[in-house]
Amino acid sequence: MRYLPHSDTDRQSMLAAIGVGSIDDLFADIPRDLRVHGLDLPKAAGEMSVERTLGRLSARNVSASSVPFFVGAGAYKHHVPATVDHLIQRSEFLTSYTPYQPEITQGTLQVLFEFQTQIAHLTGMEVANASMYDGSTATVEAVLMAHRLTKRKKAVLSGGLHPHYRAVVESLSPMAGDTVLSLPADPNATEDILGQIDAETSCVVVQSPSVYGHLIDLAPIAAKAHEVGALLIAVFTEVVSLGLIEPPGAQGADIVVGEGQSIGNALSFGGPYVGLFATRMKFVRQMPGRLCGETVDAEGRRGFVLTLSTREQHIRRDKATSNICTNSGLCALAFTIHMTLLGQAGLSRLARVNHANAVKLAESLSALPGVTLLNDSFFNEFTIRLPGNAADIVEKLVAKGVLAGVPASRLEPGKGELADLLIVASTEVNTDDDRAALVAALSEVLA
Amino acid sequence: MSMNSQGRPTVAASAATSDAPKTFTGNRALQIEEALLFEVGRHDVTGVDLDEPAAFKPRLGKLARKQPIDLPGLSEPETMRHYVRLSQKNYSIDSGLYPLGSCTMKHNPRLNEKMARLPGIGDVHPLQPLSTVGGAVELMAELGRWLLEMTGMTSVALSPKAGAHGELCGMMAIKAAIAAKGETRNIVLVPESAHGTNPATAALIGFKVVTVPARPDGTVAPEAVKALLSPDVAAIMLTNPNTCGLFERDVVEIAAAIHAAGAYFYCDGANFNAIVGKAKVGDLGVDAMHINLHKTFSTPHGGGGPGAGPVVLSERLAAFAPLPFVRAGADGPVLVESEEALLPGETPFGRMTAFHGQMGMFVRALSYMLSHGSDGVQQASEDAVLNANYVRAGLRDLMSQPSGDRTCMHEVLFDDTFLEGTGVSTLDFAKAMIDEGYHPMTMYFPLVVHGAMLIEPTESESKASLDLFIATLRDLVMKAKAGELELFQQAPRFAPRRRLDETRAARSPKLKWEKPEPWTEAAAAE
Repeated sequence: MRYLPHSDTDRQSMLAAIGVGSIDDLFADIPRDLRVHGLDLPKAAGEMSVERTLGRLSARNVSASSVPFFVGAGAYKHHVPATVDHLIQRSEFLTSYTPYQPEITQGTLQVLFEFQTQIAHLTGMEVANASMYDGSTATVEAVLMAHRLTKRKKAVLSGGLHPHYRAVVESLSPMAGDTVLSLPADPNATEDILGQIDAETSCVVVQSPSVYGHLIDLAPIAAKAHEVGALLIAVFTEVVSLGLIEPPGAQGADIVVGEGQSIGNALSFGGPYVGLFATRMKFVRQMPGRLCGETVDAEGRRGFVLTLSTREQHIRRDKATSNICTNSGLCALAFTIHMTLLGQAGLSRLARVNHANAVKLAESLSALPGVTLLNDSFFNEFTIRLPGNAADIVEKLVAKGVLAGVPASRLEPGKGELADLLIVASTEVNTDDDRAALVAALSEVLA
Repeated sequence: MSMNSQGRPTVAASAATSDAPKTFTGNRALQIEEALLFEVGRHDVTGVDLDEPAAFKPRLGKLARKQPIDLPGLSEPETMRHYVRLSQKNYSIDSGLYPLGSCTMKHNPRLNEKMARLPGIGDVHPLQPLSTVGGAVELMAELGRWLLEMTGMTSVALSPKAGAHGELCGMMAIKAAIAAKGETRNIVLVPESAHGTNPATAALIGFKVVTVPARPDGTVAPEAVKALLSPDVAAIMLTNPNTCGLFERDVVEIAAAIHAAGAYFYCDGANFNAIVGKAKVGDLGVDAMHINLHKTFSTPHGGGGPGAGPVVLSERLAAFAPLPFVRAGADGPVLVESEEALLPGETPFGRMTAFHGQMGMFVRALSYMLSHGSDGVQQASEDAVLNANYVRAGLRDLMSQPSGDRTCMHEVLFDDTFLEGTGVSTLDFAKAMIDEGYHPMTMYFPLVVHGAMLIEPTESESKASLDLFIATLRDLVMKAKAGELELFQQAPRFAPRRRLDETRAARSPKLKWEKPEPWTEAAAAE
């Protein structure tokens, strides 16, 4: 087996040095009747064989780069510079552990410090952590944090929040003692969320752009929340949008969480991604997750360490702010490298290209007979109403070689009023030909 | 000019003198100082070429960004050099032995990286029509099949994103199962030696944590568990093999007592690497166990993630597995994403995360499993245990073990008794290992042992590698006993940084870069 260095001679001499006769002697603590003798699984395989097996599975999927591709709703197809994937595969980043020994992990630590600074600037907040698993788990951690800060239990979730994010909150928060008020799906961005905020409310959770693509003005929601002592948790699933729209921090958000996959990270069928988490400095001691901080070494040179770990499980155990341990280190690294390549100049241009592509596509699609655009405002994603069941139409478009978007019913099954809605995303990867292909295919299907 | 004068000037906490002459740059040959991105980047530089779009009418309403982003950029060559230099300040498994107990830092095969980047794996969207991702769902099913055969369990929840997330998933399933029976059990038993995530997880979802005392050797006695059982006990969270590197030999009796009391057995699977192909946790009476794909199945740790923590469930908990899950169907596996798609008897407690879990980690783990095969995973467990015991045998006459010299599983635990009277602490000892070119072992954990040093060499180390490691530790022990105190207290001397002032970092947290104040004579004089 190519990964195991020992020869049988090595093993024999090591057993002799230990002073046992056979390897079984080292497993003596496992009761004899519980020992397994062989698994019902294939035997070892060489590289070629593994590549064939997994290559066959891969070939049965349609990759985003191979077709005109407009699928979003929480994960987005963007171009990642070749430099990013090279750098994250450097041994010293890829095969290093959590930086608990700062003298020999300054590389990872400085990256985390850069990452935290980038996230704080992007979101307009004072402090960001070293990443969470993904946007959805960051959201529920934010709800739990609001509970700790306000000592209140009622979380109000906007109907524009990604339904998977809502489900994650609805699953965990009640077990942690919260009550969750989820507003109905809001494809037209007409909900009255202000009317749901009261003196019992710990937090209001609002996504902008919403899962249906609407840009939501957070300032009035923040004002109402603060009036009654509640917190505003602002959520985004498309971080590129922050290149062009007013950051949540400037709109009064208390906690900002989001998905960072768009920058630096592959689609990878849903993971691993990178959760972003930012807040105000006065709340930092209730923040979940790892934090990297600046300090000096014994010679006075600047260096970085993991800090404020008295919040964390390995120190506080059952009194910790969260049970999180592993985060998304390598995905955060990919994010930071890609964001470094972009800089604000590149990010704002990337955002403009995304927005321009989506505007062009929305105009073309809504010109088709029977197709209505639901959005007044949007960034790179919008919702259209089709003259028929969106999931069926999407399947017909697959046959024409176009992946058209996410039917709202995929996220909200069983709701008849959403059955005709299609969420469509367009990023910098889409060409004029891609858009023309979608418009042509859709008009054929609808004819 | 050293890097420190470019950024915010820092003051030495305890300036130790260095024998080496200072260089102008602060660099030491291949150890190159690297400023922060924010000190070298410029706001008008970008390393990504993209054409500006043709004029169009924006649809941003009144929410167009008004304030500047304030993020500098670097060109591509600058970016490459910046992050290559940073990478060179990291220790890694590819460059040396990484004996962190309980972390399983084993070889990360590059085949797995290649497989994760196949276009039909890395470049597929989680919400594409299911008709376009049949191979991806099949891959999830295949991973599940391997995990269930290796553990002897009934079903698997693949979606948890890391070990602690898997713990949460398992404990939420237990909470849901208790609620489904109309019970209100609120106590979770956790041994003293457990990982911190165990009590943190239980407390997160409203359980009261009661600590189970350990035997002197760190294992749990059935009597200790039985003494705490009551109708209020929901579960026990037990790590097996435990964090002292020992197999819980009474695990079956403990499980039986737990089940007789109507409670559930959660097993922390962090140490699964010792027993793959040697024992099945399903036979031990376990009801739920997470599997750290980033430990046992070698998906890279990446400097702190991403991980993946699938949870295998017993028949008693299988129905509560969260959405989404893969169900066997007549025409192949089916991805069940919503309550609308459930069959009778399927009662998921909810959802752990958006989408379907860490596909990028699933494919790497499956690539590892296919490579090893049933024979290879068993050999890997045996070699991992062999290596830990070989280290034990090489050090047992010089270093102290908390409960005497006895066979261990995949990791060997020492305490600091052998350092008594030397003035050298566990921390000093670990830092001296850095100067010898080794990452330290896990220190001060488990908490049940004074000055703990937990060494997990993994199966990836050759005999020659272990021989040098053992010889190095023996040399350090001799030096400690010989009174070479300064060697330890000043360590590390040769790493990119000396010891860092963690107290200062926590007392006045600096968690992001701030623009330095303009230089003034008055400030400089301070």
